[in-house]
Amino acid sequence: MATLEIRDLHVTVEADNATKEILKGVDLTVKQGETHAIMGPNGSGKSTLAYSLAGHPKYTITEGTVLLDGEDVLEMTVDERARAGLFLAMQYPVEIPGVSVSNFLRSSATAIRGEAPKLRTWVKEVKETMEQLHMDPSFAERNVNEGFSGGEKKRHEILQLELLKPKIAILDETDSGLDVDALRIVSEGVNRVRETGAVGTLLITHYTRILRYIKPDHVHVFADGRIAESGGPELADKLENEGYEAYVKGGASA
Amino acid sequence: MAEAQTIPVGSTTSGQIAVAAESTVATRMSAPPSFDVADFPVPHGREEEWRFTPLERLRGLHDGSAVATGDGMKVEIEAPEGVTVETVGREDARVGRAGTPVDRVAAQAYSAFEKATVVTVPKETVLTEPIRIAVHGEGGTAFGQQIIELGAFAEAVVVIDHTGDAVLAGNVDYLLGDGAKLTVVSVQDWDDKAVHVAQHNALVGRDASFKSVVVTFGGDVVRLHPRVTYAGTGGEAELYGLYFTDAGQHQEHRLLVTHNTPHCKSNVAYKGALQGDAAHAVWIGDVLIEAKAEGTDTYEMNRNLVLTDGARVDSVPNLEIETGEIVGAGHASATGRFDDEQLFYLMARGIPEYEARRLVVRGFFAELVQQIGVADIEERLLSKIEEELEASVA
Repeated sequence: MATLEIRDLHVTVEADNATKEILKGVDLTVKQGETHAIMGPNGSGKSTLAYSLAGHPKYTITEGTVLLDGEDVLEMTVDERARAGLFLAMQYPVEIPGVSVSNFLRSSATAIRGEAPKLRTWVKEVKETMEQLHMDPSFAERNVNEGFSGGEKKRHEILQLELLKPKIAILDETDSGLDVDALRIVSEGVNRVRETGAVGTLLITHYTRILRYIKPDHVHVFADGRIAESGGPELADKLENEGYEAYVKGGASA
Repeated sequence: MAEAQTIPVGSTTSGQIAVAAESTVATRMSAPPSFDVADFPVPHGREEEWRFTPLERLRGLHDGSAVATGDGMKVEIEAPEGVTVETVGREDARVGRAGTPVDRVAAQAYSAFEKATVVTVPKETVLTEPIRIAVHGEGGTAFGQQIIELGAFAEAVVVIDHTGDAVLAGNVDYLLGDGAKLTVVSVQDWDDKAVHVAQHNALVGRDASFKSVVVTFGGDVVRLHPRVTYAGTGGEAELYGLYFTDAGQHQEHRLLVTHNTPHCKSNVAYKGALQGDAAHAVWIGDVLIEAKAEGTDTYEMNRNLVLTDGARVDSVPNLEIETGEIVGAGHASATGRFDDEQLFYLMARGIPEYEARRLVVRGFFAELVQQIGVADIEERLLSKIEEELEASVA
């Protein structure tokens, strides 16, 4: 069973000619089949955790370990992490001019699966998954993220999640900027993947709204670069009612 | 109307863009056009039209010291039936009709060539196969003049291929009769030491369409000067260019479209990728709309993708408008570094770095390659781009 183990993770970033510590000792274990919600105020380091796990060059790991099934993730390049089974659904996916969605998806699936998917079954697989996400077939011929609306970008991220079938999926504020319909469609996609039992999900969000569609097993409150409190789904209800004030220094919300 | 921007290129790359502030098309040349090389002073490098060019690497083409070797350059012309190929002297009326040399090297080529080659597609002849001109250098120095002439309503595709090693100053003229359609693909796929300087003059007839695709990959110094003027109303010119500038290479494309008749169109789009130390690309895009050229519609665009540190781009769009009675006029230039966020996104989907770079660069050129409309050339370009990228990884 796939397990992601994060131990005492410290991460810094260079900003304004100064080194700033963003993550200050994160401990978290995510197992296949589990869903963990990470919730926290803006600036608490939630997205830094997501991008550090994926290997974004902007972030420097200064301490700690990250293991995926015992393998040292921090030693891997960005593409190796993805091939090892880590997936990050990004909050702000970038445009790639001149590269079509279909070409991109096939290149990616080829890399992750270790061989080019058979054309006939692949076309069917993509088509069906797109239908479930209410995406028009013409979408495949557009350039990656170019001119996509906010909702289209997120659907495209979840389309990749469904096709690439990772061991561990990190969803970075996938709910932000979505209207209720889009949120439902995207959540259904995430749930289809979760229901296979083959993925451990790390759901990073600012709002409790998405938790009405995606039920977490564990809820963690993130504050000032570490997990401040962990609990079951009831913790989300508490946050819904009381907000993050109790976790922000001096009680003042940022 | 004008847009010019620099995507932040970081502190370690010297990729940059310059936008001409006051220099105008008419005043930027240091001598008026002439067929006589003696009318041009030997350039010293500070002239507006020479300031980007490494004169010391021109092998004497600019100062009269380069001498034709007589051999060391092979030209083979493959022409479908109905096309005539002849060699003529300087006195032939077609020689120089499309345009006059505007700098010393072009005038040198005109003054020094022995025979001009004229390829003629008779009027109303529509070719189904391209005319192929293979210029292969075998270490020689040559001065050349080629003329491609299309009669009224003729249609043709011409592919001019430059390979091997040579020092070449060779002008090419395109004469388009009324309603003619000409696509010319000029590929500069030279070996590393080659030096190639040329002026391309197109004279576009009434309602004629001229499409030029300039593809520059090789050579030590390549400096091309594609120019368009119109012989009647309703003419259209599309000037596309792709270049891939490697370490140490100087690739310069200087374009001028002169809208001298009413109701003509022009569209210029050049894209280049650069990699390696001292790779230097220069793009000058001049468009002049004369007072009588009412109803002109023109746009010019240059994009550069700087793949590594140490490469340099000078991109200078310039639009000079003497009448307000036009349909549209604009230009854009942008030079950007390879986007690390794009790389991260692709790699985060398991795609290895080399493959990710290949996807992005192919994507960058794809739109332009699709404009060529000659399938085997499109394929060849894409595989050439891959080859260049592979070389950079090795």
